[in-house]
This record gives sequence, C-alpha cells and structure tokens, in this order.
Amino acid sequence: MRTLQRTLVRDAVAIAAAMVAVGGSFGAISVGYGLPVWVPFAMSTLVFAGGAQFLAVGLLAAGNPIAAVLAGLLLNARHLPFGLAVAGALGPRRRDRIIGSHLMTDEVVAFTLAEPDPAARRRTYWLIGLTLFTSWNLGTALGVLLGGATGDPDTFGLDAAFPAGVIALILPSLRDRPTRLVALTGAAAAVLLTPVLPAGLPVLCGLVGLLTLLRARRPSATAEPPGTAPQKIKETEGSC
Amino acid sequence: MLIASIIALAVGTYAMRLGGVVLRERLELADSVQRLLPMAAVALLAALAGTATLMAGAGFAGLARPAGVLVGALLAGRRLPFVAVVVAAAATTALLRLAGVR
Repeated sequence: MRTLQRTLVRDAVAIAAAMVAVGGSFGAISVGYGLPVWVPFAMSTLVFAGGAQFLAVGLLAAGNPIAAVLAGLLLNARHLPFGLAVAGALGPRRRDRIIGSHLMTDEVVAFTLAEPDPAARRRTYWLIGLTLFTSWNLGTALGVLLGGATGDPDTFGLDAAFPAGVIALILPSLRDRPTRLVALTGAAAAVLLTPVLPAGLPVLCGLVGLLTLLRARRPSATAEPPGTAPQKIKETEGSC
Repeated sequence: MLIASIIALAVGTYAMRLGGVVLRERLELADSVQRLLPMAAVALLAALAGTATLMAGAGFAGLARPAGVLVGALLAGRRLPFVAVVVAAAATTALLRLAGVR
C-alpha cells in the first residue's frame, strides 16, 4: 500500500512538471495573441480544460467569441460520460461532488479508471486532480510572466507525453477483449473523422466504438461471457 | 464579450462535469449499462490519444510525435512505470526533432 502511494505521488510529480510546461505555453500564447492578461488566468481557473482553452483563445483572438464557446463546449462534452464513469470516486458528500467535478480532466479520469482498488480511487482522483489544477495554473502564470521565454513545449516532445501517458493508463483495461475492441474502433473512428469534422466532434465519435459490443453481445444475449463483466461491475458498485 | 464568452465556456464545461456525476447517482442503471460506462470513458480516452498522436489540426502530425508515442506505448506494454513511459516518449520525439525529423 505504501509503495502504491509512493508510485502515485511520483506519477503526480511527473504529470505536474509536464502541466507547468504546457500551461506555460498556454499563458504565453494567450498574451502573444494580444489578449488581456486576465484572460489566461480566468480560463485556467474557471474552465480548467487544456484542449478547450487552447482552442478558445485562438478563436477569441481571431474575434470569434461565439465559435470559441461552441467549439470549447463541444470539445468538453466528453466530461459528461467521464462523470458517469468516475462519479463514485469523488466522495460521498455533496461538497465532494461540487468541488471534485471541477477537477475532472482526461488525466484524472485515466488515472482513476486505472486504479483497480475502489477504496484507493478517491485518493487517486483528488491527488491527481488537485496536482493538475495547481500545476496548470502555476504554468499559466509563468507563461504570462515570462512570455515566449518558456520556449515551445513541442521542442521538448511534450506533445508526445500526453498521448503516451494516456495509453499507459488505459493499457491495463485493454487486456479485456471487448474493451480493447471498443477502444481501438473508437480511436480509429476519431482519427479518420478528424480531417472532416470540426474540432471536438471526432473525439466524441470515439463512442461509436461501443457499437462493436452489439455484434459481440448478440450470441450471448442471455448469459454474459464469463470473466468479462463481473469484475467491471464490482469496481463501479464498490466505489459508490 | 470576452468575459461573457469565458464565463459561458466555464459554466457549460462545469455543467457537463457535474451533470455526469449527478446523473450517475440519480439514475438507476442496469448492470449491463453500468458495465458500459468505464468502456465509454476508455473509448473516449483512446480517441483522444489516437488523435493527439497522429493529428495536428486537420492534418497528419508528422513522424516525430507518433514515433515518440510508439516508444512510450511499447514501454507501457512491458509494464514500465508511468514516469518512464512519459519521459521516453517525450525524449524520443524531442531527439527526433533535434535531428531534423518533423
């Protein structure tokens, strides 16, 4: 248990370092666009969703506020299914849900789902969530203060760090065959649709991966295939 | 207008975050549906990882980034720690770019 905790803290530190760098680039880009200094701060505290923030400042700077809101909301719509999946990890009290919901990001969801022990899930959610919120806002502030001096995070390969980290976190669930089929189909659909759909929509289309279950389930409609369902259900229930 | 759009984005995003959490507690979901929830989240994360690996805007991201992610994924497959995966992915991409690979 102790080692588990230490691993989690180490992972949190690694992800915080990356967040400071990417948050720095967000702050620098925002002021570089000529937007007021309070804009990146307001976004990083109130919106707290990296992808949507980058998308929105670009559109705001281009004088297109309506598009900024709509594109940002479309990109963030995935948080609704995320919330459905991790709700049990936030905590039993009303306050936990109200504050915890704001901390929900891709990384937090990935870390939480990767934690098999329902009791440890809550700690994972909050530790990663608070670490990301702090480091993202710290990075934003540094980016605003230092401007372009923070450098382009792509130079350090940080654009590869995010997908690699997500893959590492979802890999254990991909050992389950139906889940793997769902995930790979979803990823393929999202990638193929990216050139033709507006930003935000392709990722949501990843949900079409769930359709692979229809075909898989039909032969065993009366009895779930053994070994796949029970553990998953137990996890979700136990965390409520 | 600027402040209004940021607030609209913030409120809408928060509503979706809280909405999922609250719905999960209010709805009586059948076991078969409950089983789908983590799968849906994994599908979305896989879609994010896929697009973030291969795409930049509407086009292909180039070679350096997918190569770095591939190295990270291979290490993750060999159950190396999260930190090692992330650092190896970033370092591979950074070195390839240093060497002039796009």
